[in-house]
Amino acid sequence: MPGKLKVKIVAGRHLPVMDRASDLTDAFVEVKFGNTTFKTDVYLKSLNPQWNSEWFKFEVDDEDLQDEPLQITVLDHDTYSANDAIGKVYIDIDPLLYSEAATVISGWFPIYDTIHGIRGEINVVVKVDLFNDLNRFRQSSCGVKFFCTTSIPKCYRAVIIHGFVEELVVNEDPEYQWIDRIRTPRASNEARQRLISLMSGELQRKIGLKVLEMRGNAVVGYLQCFDLEGESGLVVRAIGTACTLDKLSSPAAFLPACNSPSKEMKEIPFNEDPNPNTHSSGPSTPLKNQTYSFSPSKSYSRQSSSSDTDLSLTPKTGMGSGSAGKEGGPFKALLRQQTQSALEQREFPFFTLTAFPPGFLVHVGGVVSARSVKLLDRIHNPDEPETRDAWWAEIRQEIKSHAKALGCHAVVGYSESTSICEEVCILSASGTAAVLNPRFLQDGTVEGCLEQRLEENLPTRCGFCHIPYDELNMPFPAHLTYCYNCRKQKVPDVLFTTIDLPTDATVIGKGCLIQARLCRLKKKAQAEANATAISNLLPFMEYEVHTQLMNKLKLKGMNALFGLRIQITVGENMLMGLASATGVYLAALPTPGGIQIAGKTPNDGSYEQHISHMQKKINDTIAKNKELYEINPPEISEEIIGSPIPEPRQRSRLLRSQSESSDEVTELDLSHGKKDAFVLEIDDTDAMEDVHSLLTDVPPPSGFYSCNTEIMPGINNWTSEIQMFTSVRVIRLSSLNLTNQALNKNFNDLCENLLKSLYFKLRSMIPCCLCHVNFTVSLPEDELIQVTVTAVAITFDKNQALQTTKTHVEKSLQRASTDNEELLQFPLELCSDSLPSHPLPPAKAVTVEKASPVGDGNFRNRSAPPCANSTVGVVKMTPLSFIPGAKITKYLGIINMFFIRETTSLREEGGVSGFLHAFIAEVFAMVRAHVAALGGNAVVSYIMKQCVFMENPNKNQAQCLINVSGDAVVFVRESDLEVVSTQQPTANCQSSCTEGEVTT
Amino acid sequence: MTSELDIFVGNTTLIDEDMYRLWLDGYLVTNAVALRVRSGILEQMGSTAAVLQSDTMDRYRTFHMLERLLHAPPKLLHQLIFQILPSRQALLIERYYAFDEAFVREVLGKKLSKGTKKDLDDISTITGITLKSCRRQFDNFKRVFKVVEEMRGSLVDNIQQHFLLSDQLARDYAAIVFFANNRFETGKKKLQYLSFGDFAFSAELMIQNWTLGAVDSQMDDMHMDLDKEFLQDLKELKLLVADKDLLDLHKSLVCTALWGKLGVFSEMKANFKNLSRGLVNVATKLTHNKDVRDLFRRAVLPKSVFSVCPLPRWLPTPGPLGPLHGHPPWLPPAPLS
Repeated sequence: MPGKLKVKIVAGRHLPVMDRASDLTDAFVEVKFGNTTFKTDVYLKSLNPQWNSEWFKFEVDDEDLQDEPLQITVLDHDTYSANDAIGKVYIDIDPLLYSEAATVISGWFPIYDTIHGIRGEINVVVKVDLFNDLNRFRQSSCGVKFFCTTSIPKCYRAVIIHGFVEELVVNEDPEYQWIDRIRTPRASNEARQRLISLMSGELQRKIGLKVLEMRGNAVVGYLQCFDLEGESGLVVRAIGTACTLDKLSSPAAFLPACNSPSKEMKEIPFNEDPNPNTHSSGPSTPLKNQTYSFSPSKSYSRQSSSSDTDLSLTPKTGMGSGSAGKEGGPFKALLRQQTQSALEQREFPFFTLTAFPPGFLVHVGGVVSARSVKLLDRIHNPDEPETRDAWWAEIRQEIKSHAKALGCHAVVGYSESTSICEEVCILSASGTAAVLNPRFLQDGTVEGCLEQRLEENLPTRCGFCHIPYDELNMPFPAHLTYCYNCRKQKVPDVLFTTIDLPTDATVIGKGCLIQARLCRLKKKAQAEANATAISNLLPFMEYEVHTQLMNKLKLKGMNALFGLRIQITVGENMLMGLASATGVYLAALPTPGGIQIAGKTPNDGSYEQHISHMQKKINDTIAKNKELYEINPPEISEEIIGSPIPEPRQRSRLLRSQSESSDEVTELDLSHGKKDAFVLEIDDTDAMEDVHSLLTDVPPPSGFYSCNTEIMPGINNWTSEIQMFTSVRVIRLSSLNLTNQALNKNFNDLCENLLKSLYFKLRSMIPCCLCHVNFTVSLPEDELIQVTVTAVAITFDKNQALQTTKTHVEKSLQRASTDNEELLQFPLELCSDSLPSHPLPPAKAVTVEKASPVGDGNFRNRSAPPCANSTVGVVKMTPLSFIPGAKITKYLGIINMFFIRETTSLREEGGVSGFLHAFIAEVFAMVRAHVAALGGNAVVSYIMKQCVFMENPNKNQAQCLINVSGDAVVFVRESDLEVVSTQQPTANCQSSCTEGEVTT
Repeated sequence: MTSELDIFVGNTTLIDEDMYRLWLDGYLVTNAVALRVRSGILEQMGSTAAVLQSDTMDRYRTFHMLERLLHAPPKLLHQLIFQILPSRQALLIERYYAFDEAFVREVLGKKLSKGTKKDLDDISTITGITLKSCRRQFDNFKRVFKVVEEMRGSLVDNIQQHFLLSDQLARDYAAIVFFANNRFETGKKKLQYLSFGDFAFSAELMIQNWTLGAVDSQMDDMHMDLDKEFLQDLKELKLLVADKDLLDLHKSLVCTALWGKLGVFSEMKANFKNLSRGLVNVATKLTHNKDVRDLFRRAVLPKSVFSVCPLPRWLPTPGPLGPLHGHPPWLPPAPLS
């Protein structure tokens, strides 16, 4: 008997009135786990019953503990008729199964009914006694930690990053079983919720087993998705990155005097602007050098990874080594071998992470993606999900080969998605081809990360931009120049990636959200014909989306995209493409050229005039954008760079392909053939529209910035005021004007208006940045387009932002290419972060702090006395992996919840808007309640993975399914944010106190 | 292209005070949008009317969802659905239960019944307050009344406890409930010059001194009803006018007590006999419900009584209850401070 689950039902409150006569309720509770059920006494005539039950004990094996949710049902006792259900609470007890997470679940949970929503709350206490030895654990994968966060969680250190884990389970969807015809909607919804809960438990356990096999102890970047395939079944699939994590011992290991600064250091990589431009430069340099010499681990450094990173690694794909490094030949070879052997062992060298420990990422090749159109068939044997497995294996294989073609041995920022319409399913996968540092991938290099970071004589912050592939044998036509930073290695002129901006990258100015939006009409068709039609359309969509992205990037005067996510959604009669990314100006890449417009009929005078007018407008927009995003790169003459510029042409860093069910693979080269890429030819009205649409994107109102990555390049000094939100819009297209153009315009307007609404709604938070803006498009019906946005708005301190950017940008730019000293700060801070147990003398900690360039922004809260949790009960939610101005002290476990809500009185509940608004608010409430019950005060890496909304206004009905996940955490604020309006004074006093610290 | 669905849900529910006011004041979405357009908010944000419309709808929907909780404010504090900062919660409640002076003067002392509710149309026309807002205020009065009606203990405390209102607002509600319960007539022309504040002040004193709860703290469930016995006893005050000696004694006691505390002292002293007679007349007739309801009209009516000084400073008040009940009834009313 490996585990004993104990449950106590304490009380209820705000119960609904179940007995009309007395206006009261006779409530009791059923507690069910597996096949065992306990009941409390009936508490007569009360809306606030006090059951105070005994401990209900379930003796179960740990496999069940992992798979099964605890099910608590609140009922109204009825003497003469059947007892009426009030609602249910499902509690995932997984967080209780690993040692460091929560020890008890205790708190008020909303009682949820799929028809009526939340109906009161119930107070429950849950505990688990595990009395098996560690070996037994391993059979069931209890104890493997799961994180949704796509970077190494804050209070852990990555010892080894093992790699890709995936699993999928299938089942019949209860909604489509024959029994559904005779049971109530409530019963059907509950069967579904329960099944999905079970399936995700099972999935998690299976993934855990794989992790144990790889000798890891955690899954980071865990992404679990549901495919509602309708008739053909229900698929739950998950991917993640297996890691061996070490919990960082408490920073209190330092002397108390430097305790506070060291805590701050821990936050720097996350809270801090990755842009070294903002660093204060002057006095810190000598201090830094001094600090540097303290480094105790320097003595036993064996390999110089700095040279490694400078080298462009030629992979073993037989492309030769034309761009071989100028130095460190043996090292390079060694590194390569290590890397390859480390990665060769893996079937798929994929990583779902988007942010990495410093030094992990060596080079980035570009985005790789693959799509495949499949026809769904009934899953006959749920225990053998072979077809689905095979589909994904195929796609992953393709991704792998694309990465190889880019000279990369790994794929980072990897994600998978599906879009289903009737029996057609588009499977998509994408990631960023990359060359990785092998140290993290192998056993026995525990101290590798630290050592390397310390010793590194400046890890090139431009290193990741350098091409990993061979210059002479490029996989696609590309335009290379010498790196604008180090002048040694070749870089492409644009870089597209799916990852977050590396913290050590040099960025000029600020970034911005860039979206490409596209609709394509498609004929309605059945089965095979439909799949073929979609397959034929896909390459064109990819091409156009890519062109749009490229043009918009140029228009912004930027040269790189991060966090690129292209979503293709299939509907009955159309395909939608939505690509979102954060554009930035990487200092290492060349300045982007402008956009030229060329007319087809040069002789026509008025036409010519029109063209030149357009050209002027475009040029003006570029100039305006440059000013807006503060992009003012230093002028570097071409001679110095010595760049051999061939005729300019567009380089696509995207390699994709579509394969349809027939497995026919077509490689699509997205470079624009012989044409000059930045010349837009206006040969018909379509092209005209395109140019116009380019210019219609309105920049956010002043005081607002937006990005879809974790943090906004160019902004530091975030305040602690955050607001996570979800916004949903559905529009109905008038079926009359369904042309591609009209569709595009509608879709474009929809997205633009949505953004405008968000800016307006959040205007009280100015100056503010919308981070991690995540758009999801779905086509629930013929003429309906649904767009769901989840993001977090974070206020920043404007005055400081201005100061730092204005004053420091130029300085650091002047030295950007030669003086690398500032960079030292990062490795140093990071090492103190990752190894607090390190015997650092107190003096060092102080020095580090003094040297820290980021003081003003980051130390803002230190002066205030630490008082955690003064705002009792408030649970923060954020899609980011961190909380500004606070430190995450504990991860309590993964939150993964699935809810169905249905109504048969849509009008009475305020129509579709009222219905969905209430439901989303309820989902938030349930997430918060679970986190609070675990003892947490925030959810990080929160994501709404699914929001499927169906309505039937004629029948006055609607149904919605929502799936959310995130990591429950405990955070401690250095100072409390009691009143938002006192931000300003606090900011002032902190900067003065920072100074005080320095002089001591 | 029409918007079928358009929602925004934040983890923290943001409350826009201006919007809340518009909603409480009963403006329709279209009117509210028009008002906001005029306020120049669009120019500030470079936004469009469509955005404003969407924002307004959304906020109204949120308020609508919150309204259910506002009906029982402690629920708002403990509910889990909307995460609202405590300061905002207080604001939501206080504003929701706030009322218009013009409105309360129309309803004060009326039975909070369906019949009165039907008259809200007229009240809305007279006062210029939207019908929606009138309904909200009326329903608030009624809700508070229903909740505290049967409760033991201090009226103000009960209201504060169950509706989490500020001290001042709770006192006002106590007055409203007290007036509604005793159905004091306040609408007569002669009483028009009196403000709600005047009545509320009287109500407070009456609750303190004239109710059953005031007499005996053990019987503290009767803070809303006047002490019938006490009203009966008041009959004996006749002596104060009938008996010359008592009249003089009364006069001298009152004059001593009020010396230096009253601006119109000399007038009072000169007219004491008339004043006293008027007051005693009012006091001795408080045995029938109908007369009680008419209290204010009659108390104000005799020119002789109130020509000197307007209500409420001259309301007949029996002073601290102990002495009144334990002593001979000729004891003079205690002066007001």
